[in-house]
Amino acid sequence: MERTLLGRPIVSGSAEGTALVSKEPLSFWGGLDLSTGEIIDRRHERSGEVATGRVFVFPRGKGSSTSSATLMESIKTGVAPAAIVNLKVDPILALGSIVSDELYHKAVPIVVLAEKDFYSIKEDDHLTIKPDGKVLVSSKPSAK
Amino acid sequence: MSVKLSIRDEQLLDGQHGEAARMAMRILVRMAEVQSAPEMMDVSQAHIDGCGLLSETGLEFAETLAVKGAKVCIPTTLNMGPLDLQNWKRFGVNEDFAAKAIRQAKAYTDMGCIPTWTCAPYQSYLTPRFGQQIAWGESNAICYANSVLGARTNRYGDFIDICAAITGRVPRCGLHLKQNRKAQILLRLVDVDLAIMHSNAFYAVLGHLAGSLAEDKIPVIEGLPVDASSDQLKALCAAAASSGEVALFHAIGLTPEASTLEEAFQGGKPERIIDIHLSDLQKSRADLSTAKEGDDLDLVVLGCPHFSFDEFRELARLIRAQTEKGKMLHPNVKVIVISCQTSYALLQRSDFLDVLTDFGVEITLDTCVFHTPMVAPDTKVIMTNSGKCAYYAPGELGVQVAFGSMAECVASAVKGHICRREF
Repeated sequence: MERTLLGRPIVSGSAEGTALVSKEPLSFWGGLDLSTGEIIDRRHERSGEVATGRVFVFPRGKGSSTSSATLMESIKTGVAPAAIVNLKVDPILALGSIVSDELYHKAVPIVVLAEKDFYSIKEDDHLTIKPDGKVLVSSKPSAK
Repeated sequence: MSVKLSIRDEQLLDGQHGEAARMAMRILVRMAEVQSAPEMMDVSQAHIDGCGLLSETGLEFAETLAVKGAKVCIPTTLNMGPLDLQNWKRFGVNEDFAAKAIRQAKAYTDMGCIPTWTCAPYQSYLTPRFGQQIAWGESNAICYANSVLGARTNRYGDFIDICAAITGRVPRCGLHLKQNRKAQILLRLVDVDLAIMHSNAFYAVLGHLAGSLAEDKIPVIEGLPVDASSDQLKALCAAAASSGEVALFHAIGLTPEASTLEEAFQGGKPERIIDIHLSDLQKSRADLSTAKEGDDLDLVVLGCPHFSFDEFRELARLIRAQTEKGKMLHPNVKVIVISCQTSYALLQRSDFLDVLTDFGVEITLDTCVFHTPMVAPDTKVIMTNSGKCAYYAPGELGVQVAFGSMAECVASAVKGHICRREF
């Protein structure tokens, strides 16, 4: 089943990947390992998962100011998520992607969705992010 | 949506003030769009967090700006960096890392930043005034500047901080504006007795809890003692900005925008009221630890955020109380205190520096255990009195962590294993 969600592009770009979904906020510094892409905040519900190449769906950032530096470095080291989908604009994460765009012309697209759309995304849904903020969601047929 | 720009903003964007200022202004304007800010505004002071982490991209960013001739145009302090600039060899930091860290430090000081190298700038130098518009990075410092000092800053991340310092401009939005500083939720301390509220550990525990309760709202804390010290509020800010995203809290009768509940809520009503009981604090305290009572201890970390002179004095008092009983530091335990040059300058003029060093305390300046590779790889269990350090250590350092008061940290360092009393 495919559907389209209309989001606000915070950092515009195209990307696709499977959804890694969390209902908890995350600080990227102290939260994302720069050599493996693993979520290393041991209090986070998705601790141990690898965000690399996935569309990381979580409500918002928190914690460290260094999260922008962490996101930019993760883009360079190749362990960044393919895209980020949030419920609330996080200026610190947006910044990491924007500075990477200015310096290296490489950004992680970030889209903010309305609450109902945000919570409609399920783990492992295939998501395609469009530069205008559209999110195409393709859900696996649920197993009976 | 387009951002309204002043003539000088346009000149900055056109490159009339140099290539570096153009790049800084481009980033600022893009961030203004992200934050839906209608225009830009002046700031008169900056604190740089982007000098902390040593990464390939962060170093390249700083050197790119410095090489293009960037200079800060407002007084700008530096957060802790990735290296103890004078003593790094003593802590076994490798030469390649140190060389890059020194390059990064030089890029920032070449741009005219003041080499404060501290994550507690509000206890060090150029403390902002009430109502002053500033651009600060470092989550604990942002929270302290807004809440305790009543200065005004948004949560600035690494790299926009130096852009603001170079241009003196930020997007006009968020906590820079009075109406957005209004409290939203009320946290009430009930049945927590004053003896607990006077203990230092209480503030870190409360901060850890408040950070998770507040979510993305501005909380008011009702019931805090009005004589809470700068160090206690520092601990609260650091913990609340780690478990959560608290950039501003109010405390009735204590913080400058909250002499009354009505003032804190700017005449409005709380969206939610949450009562905090002693049992909630006990749960929060337990949540700060992943190590267990009795576990063998490898390392005690104090000074997150950076130790003040008063904290050094308190540590010396606690150590003296042990050594007077003939107790010594356990041979398997290291004690590291992280601080800055300003606190250390005062410490050198005190009569208790020897008490600390004779006990075996190692003092490192300008940096942080998370950003410089000084924690031995075989370290398994650490103990700290910091809610922030306890929050991040398991992930960043790959260790088990126990949270305890400074007194419990010292007692455990003597015994060689984690020992704490009930809260």
